[in-house]
Amino acid sequence: MTRYQLILEPGRADRQYWRDLWTFRELLYQLARRDVAVHYKQTVIGAAWAVVRPLVTVVILTMVFSRVAGLTADGDVWYPLFVLTGMLPWQFFAAILGEASNSLVANANLVSKIYFPRLLVPLSTVGVPLVDVVVLSPFLIGMMAYAGVMPSWPVILAPLFLLLAAASALGMGLGLCALNVKYRDVRYVIPFILQFGVYVSPIGYSTTKVPAEYQLLYHLNPMVFVIDGLRWSLLGVGQPFAGGGWLLSLFVSLILGITGVWFFRRTERTFADVI
Amino acid sequence: MSEPIIRVENLGKKYQIRHQEAGPRYRALRDVLADGVKSGFGLFNRHRKSSTTREEFWALQDVNFEVNEGEVVGIIGRNGAGKSTLLKILSRITEPTTGRITLNGRVASLLEVGTGFHPELTGRENIYLNGAILGMSQSEIARKFDEIVDFSGVEKFLDTPVKRYSSGMYVRLAFAVAAHLEPEILVIDEVLAVGDAEFQKKCLGKMGEVARGGRTVLFVSHNMAVMQNLCASGVLLGDGQVIQSGPIHDVVSGYLLSLNAKNDCEVDLSSHKGRISNALPIIRSVRLYSDDDIGTVIFSSGATMGIEIHIDPLDIPLHAPEIGVGVNDQYGNRLFTVGTYFSECGLADITCLTTIRCEIQDLPLAPGGYTLTLAAGPQTEPTRDWLHHAVAFSVTEADYFGSGKLPRPGQGSLLVRGQWSMKLNPLTTVSESIR
Repeated sequence: MTRYQLILEPGRADRQYWRDLWTFRELLYQLARRDVAVHYKQTVIGAAWAVVRPLVTVVILTMVFSRVAGLTADGDVWYPLFVLTGMLPWQFFAAILGEASNSLVANANLVSKIYFPRLLVPLSTVGVPLVDVVVLSPFLIGMMAYAGVMPSWPVILAPLFLLLAAASALGMGLGLCALNVKYRDVRYVIPFILQFGVYVSPIGYSTTKVPAEYQLLYHLNPMVFVIDGLRWSLLGVGQPFAGGGWLLSLFVSLILGITGVWFFRRTERTFADVI
Repeated sequence: MSEPIIRVENLGKKYQIRHQEAGPRYRALRDVLADGVKSGFGLFNRHRKSSTTREEFWALQDVNFEVNEGEVVGIIGRNGAGKSTLLKILSRITEPTTGRITLNGRVASLLEVGTGFHPELTGRENIYLNGAILGMSQSEIARKFDEIVDFSGVEKFLDTPVKRYSSGMYVRLAFAVAAHLEPEILVIDEVLAVGDAEFQKKCLGKMGEVARGGRTVLFVSHNMAVMQNLCASGVLLGDGQVIQSGPIHDVVSGYLLSLNAKNDCEVDLSSHKGRISNALPIIRSVRLYSDDDIGTVIFSSGATMGIEIHIDPLDIPLHAPEIGVGVNDQYGNRLFTVGTYFSECGLADITCLTTIRCEIQDLPLAPGGYTLTLAAGPQTEPTRDWLHHAVAFSVTEADYFGSGKLPRPGQGSLLVRGQWSMKLNPLTTVSESIR
């Protein structure tokens, strides 16, 4: 067995980083578990919040988009189900983005007192939204059964679309979280991004409603492909792969993910000094 | 085994202090934009730009030392000497600006007790969480779980959220987790300053066990007695540099000496922390001098130590003043007291700024660090001034007994010459002399 050796030098690209990430993998689980355990502590209805919030949103959006604005779903899907399949990935994305961006500052005591790969802190924020999705999924299945929707083979791709949502959210989240360590403005930017995002994502309306000349611009939002794709895999409606838009969305997701990790790693060394 | 387990070479850590933002340490984007605008204007006014209140501060500079495997090393220094920065670099929380550290073993650090404890989680959950944060694997924690619970003594409350714990229970549980870490190098900062006396004793015992178990330990504490008890060698830091390193006793003496060495032997006591509450602050300053009246805080055994106390009676004349000087060892134990009231020297009333001198001849102290406690006041009234550890001095080796020998550590710090004699009683046997 070779002896463990570690050399600490300024600016030394830490070769051990990825190995450390693996060594500390249990910490990732523990941090996620902590967040899940704590998330609904001291609430009366507990994890029911994971269901109530999206369902109430679905009711409101159905009222606004369907009754007031007179929008219709793709392929005559029951409108509330249409909205729910958009709301679920969106809230998943929004929760990860919001939690991840604030995660380092919220865990400042850990960052300034102990060493571990900092990447674990924002990564672990996926835990709570993931549990929320799991809690919500029986209701989704129930609504699908009620509407008489029987998914075909693309349903196995559904987790991939959630993964894509997580990657996009984490990519942005990592970058914003690194920025948040130094500039607390981020805290005020996030709600704005999330509020804005609801309108530029196909949650209450179909992507096909967007005029053709804006389609590419619209697809710069990586959630467009995620939501369309998830709907397609679950409900069999829409054409998420129509046109080149989906490639653009995928590309944006990847770029967000990679630059997020890169920026995070680059600034990580100074976190303890400025947080 | 010639390779040291820790080697620190030319280590330096620079921080930038910005005076304009004395409050929050983080910056708002607005500040950056504002700075950008300012520096834009700065093009027209170069001088203003160069005078931005940015100051470089070296928390550590050119630090070199080595630690061998199994050594227990105490890091000593006053506040701001760079101890915590050194520990932070060693435990990889922050990275150095210059130099290099080579670690030939895994490091676990304990800079704070209970880092990452979550108040909403139960004791059991927190053991697992905290263990993972400190770098233990789940199986390792599971294996030691009973031992940890046993040590902490909170088994009854394992499934209670720790926010309902008393602070003592909280700390005990936190320390118990940390104490069961098994890295090759353990870095500990001042964690023994917690819990009640009994638990502190238990912690010390555990620390001693860890130290004797062949683990390499770096330890920071302000408790010199603990340091001398646990550590074999020490490193004294001052202003970010290594001032002294070597056997712990020498380093501790050096530290105590450095506490006052800066002040040119005259110590201003007007705002001294050792002054007892509701004291009348009439002792202005104190100066120690050698027999040729040169200010110093280093004396050799058997030399003359002069103590010069400056008293300002603060508008109220001091009738029949009494002055006392107590000499304490480095643990704060009083060794002896010199007082005007023992000698009945009857000082005159003090009505203005007055200097009082006391000389102790043939200083009966073994090499080491000592402090003086000063007291002054009127004979009849309870109002007086009293300063604990007002000034530190150190005693260096000298041939006190004329034999070239001095007592070893553990044989006491007072030097007393005895008159030895022997009488031969050739006609009595041992048994008869006893009878």
